Amino acid sequence: MKNLIDILDLSTSEIEQLIDTANDIIDNPDNYRKKCRYKKLATLFFEPSTRTRLSFEAAMMELGGNVLGFSEANSSSSAKGESVSDTIAVVGGYADIIAMRHPKEGAPLVASMKSDVPIINAGDGGHNHPTQTLTDLLTIKREMGHLDNLTVGLCGDLKFGRTVHSLIAALSRYSGIKFVLISPKELELPSYVKDAHIKANGIPCEQTTSLDDAMEKLDILYMTRVQRERFFNEEDYLRLKDSYILTPEKLKNAKENMIVMHPLPRVNEISTAVDSDKRASYFRQAKYGKYIRMALILKLLEVE
Amino acid sequence: MRVDSIKNGIVIDHITCGKAMQIYDMLNLDKLDCTVAILKNVSSNKMGKKDIIKIDCDIEINFDVLGFISPNITVCIVRDGKVAEKKHIDLPEQLTDILHCKNPRCITSTEQDIHHIFRLTDRENGIYRCIYCDTKA
Ligand SMILES: [Zn+2]
Repeated sequence: MKNLIDILDLSTSEIEQLIDTANDIIDNPDNYRKKCRYKKLATLFFEPSTRTRLSFEAAMMELGGNVLGFSEANSSSSAKGESVSDTIAVVGGYADIIAMRHPKEGAPLVASMKSDVPIINAGDGGHNHPTQTLTDLLTIKREMGHLDNLTVGLCGDLKFGRTVHSLIAALSRYSGIKFVLISPKELELPSYVKDAHIKANGIPCEQTTSLDDAMEKLDILYMTRVQRERFFNEEDYLRLKDSYILTPEKLKNAKENMIVMHPLPRVNEISTAVDSDKRASYFRQAKYGKYIRMALILKLLEVE
Repeated sequence: MRVDSIKNGIVIDHITCGKAMQIYDMLNLDKLDCTVAILKNVSSNKMGKKDIIKIDCDIEINFDVLGFISPNITVCIVRDGKVAEKKHIDLPEQLTDILHCKNPRCITSTEQDIHHIFRLTDRENGIYRCIYCDTKA
């Protein structure tokens, strides 16, 4: 493997390996502090995403490497800039590995076709965000102990939420998975995602509009943001938004060992009162993101 | 009109009824100087009705275009009045620079000098998707 563009570029055993490495980094951080000495990671963010960029940069720094890069103030300015191919031709000469975020879908794939150094897709528009999915998988593995035999509730905007689509694709390859899709009618999971992954793998799947009804069955509750701009009218938004806000009250029916995940940033879909509940995993999830990116950088740079 | 006496050329047979003109356009056959015959609604035992195109000169053909527009086409290469080669054209695995992605958020909408590539993702239903953004063709 030379690049990571789509989570399905990785086999389940490659994912397993990355998770093992990340776990080892967490347990023995000292062993990794000089692994990437004299190596440079370029973070090319044609669209701002502070969290993802910081996570990549922290990952490289903890491996003893250096970082360089840019972040466009807004996504439209990159449209006027030079082509992806030209940018890569230049930056490829400065860096050993590149993490790229771009508003256009497929931009990192184009970069990988032109580049001599490994490319990591750090998000391409509403399309893919494979390091988020790796983060989610590491979180599930660490918090639940396994990636199979889980009932996974996905709640909120399932229509536009790319993190949800990728997570479904990734988890559909494990046995004993069940999905519970919790969303308003307007934001249901697109049928092509259902067909390509859930149906194709014969995975049991329930669809509901009620978070309360689903709660007690779940091993994992993956929350996403229900954005105002996704709705045609304000009335629908106001009517629906509260039913997808997680509160301690709603958690009462949940299993004791369930975990609550969220790709962050959250706005109001998880009440801050939930943060102190031991089932709230989202801040740990954000931290795991750094470790899995460290593992990924090591793998792509073929550092032993 | 004599259309069956090609000496050196190509016969594209078993075209889905009504698709001949689309093939004519996509292969740019209007640019040719030689005789080109388009037969529409020809009776066929196998298909009921079919279209046929006969081209009276030896040209290079993009078989991917044929397979994409109308699967199950047969192409006969005629040399010295005889069928020298017969090819059955199936849905191609990949289409390069034949279709353009319609998704405005796709990198192909802004990046210059890029190949537009679609891959067959569902053979049963003949569905192609852009390799960059996964949008359906
Ligand atoms: Zn596209």
